[in-house]
Amino acid sequence: MLRLPKADISQHHQLHQLRNRAKVISQIRAFFAARDVLEVDTPVMSHYGVSDPHIDSIPVTFTPDGTSIGHSMYLMSSPEYAMKRLLAAGSGCIYQIAKAFRNGEAGRRHNPEFTLLEWYRLDFTLEQLMQEVANLIDIVLIDEVLEWHFWSYRQAFEEVLSINPLTASDDAIQAKALAHVDIQMDHSTPRDTWLDLLMSHCIEPQLPTACFIYDYPASQAALARTDIDERGNKVARRFEVYVNGIELANGYHELTDAQEQEQRFALDNAARSAMSKVPMAADIRLVAALQAGLPECSGVALGVERLLMLASGEKDIAKVMAFNHHLA
Amino acid sequence: MANYNSNEFKSGLKVMLEGDPCSMVDVEFVKPGKGQAFTRVRMKNLKTGRVWDRTFKSGESIEAADVMDLNMEYLYTDGEFWHFMLADGTFEQYGADVSAVGDCIKWLKEQEIYVVTLWNDAPIAVAAPNFVDLEVTETDPGLKGDTAQGGSKPAILATGATVRVPLFIEQGEFLKIDTRSGEYVSRA
Repeated sequence: MLRLPKADISQHHQLHQLRNRAKVISQIRAFFAARDVLEVDTPVMSHYGVSDPHIDSIPVTFTPDGTSIGHSMYLMSSPEYAMKRLLAAGSGCIYQIAKAFRNGEAGRRHNPEFTLLEWYRLDFTLEQLMQEVANLIDIVLIDEVLEWHFWSYRQAFEEVLSINPLTASDDAIQAKALAHVDIQMDHSTPRDTWLDLLMSHCIEPQLPTACFIYDYPASQAALARTDIDERGNKVARRFEVYVNGIELANGYHELTDAQEQEQRFALDNAARSAMSKVPMAADIRLVAALQAGLPECSGVALGVERLLMLASGEKDIAKVMAFNHHLA
Repeated sequence: MANYNSNEFKSGLKVMLEGDPCSMVDVEFVKPGKGQAFTRVRMKNLKTGRVWDRTFKSGESIEAADVMDLNMEYLYTDGEFWHFMLADGTFEQYGADVSAVGDCIKWLKEQEIYVVTLWNDAPIAVAAPNFVDLEVTETDPGLKGDTAQGGSKPAILATGATVRVPLFIEQGEFLKIDTRSGEYVSRA
């Protein structure tokens, strides 16, 4: 039996949470073993950080023994780049339970260090992957019978706010946001920021208990491929999963085009500059892997602590971690 | 005054918003995995008591408010101001106007200790202790023998407040009142 200083246990978490975590991790491993998906392990510390304008990697310095010259490296915000290099190298379907790090993110649902379950399925469509995500969540949240809903991003906005987020004018989106949220934000703020505001403040609280949102605006593609939806609008083949209004996972039909990937790195850095953030060098190894050929696949990253929060009914992420960042 | 950046926001912080001092009741970091981070704050306007949700962009900063909650003894009213004295032995006095006293007016009792909120050294709010003992100045005659159960009647207290009390309560008795609900608790 694990012995922790008494104060740690009574104040910050309970031992049953440790057991619950171990149980869920073993459920995850059994889930993928049954599906013949290979568990892998990739570096947490890397020469390249993520370029996503809204995610900040935590910089670290590696100083080789005998020198005083440090090499700048990053703690990974997700294992995505490294896992795609494995996929391009012919790994087949893979998964990883990885520690991930995001600078600045701390709150009731965020800890700067957390656990990501990330997996990739060869030749899976986005729909197939969404179904698999639902299956896994159903196994972990066995006590609740979840009725899954699948809403497109457009449908969610139309249902909750009566506005089409793909075709409405910038002014209409801004007016909608300012009618619902008390905030002061410049009119020059990018359209996607206004949409994020509506998503997090108005739509998330109104979603069905268990809900997938898919087909995001093409401008929010990140590393997903883009496509044309049934109404002729350009969309990103990306999804998010929400259970009880908590964002659990983010998935893509993966972009395999190396040239487009390079363009997105450039766009990310332009956006970072506009936000006065330091640009991030494009991960040349990822681009090289895409050039060599990333197989057709869909992939998803799921926040393990968020899943534990749902499984145990906790509202604060600190409750499902042995030690949150204040106590680390 | 100093400024607070959104990453310093926490419950209890006092800030200036649209010219009024406000207190943060609850603070939540909101960030979609792939989107913009916001800080959503349940805010209370300390002058009006209004509570609402205000959202800030990451990195936004706001001015701190010079607001202090102090224990003070209620002394008297001259009709225009309600006078309080610091309970720290300095005998310093403050006059609160009707808008600062607000609903607390019906629980003000001499020599009782209240929490007076000062903004720029002037009272803007007065909070009563959770329980006060007050004398019944007017109520229907008590029903003898009926001390166990059943029925209630209105009673007017020394401060002017009206509360529902059990039938056996007599004029002149002191009662313990819960100021949060405005309800009778027991005989004092």
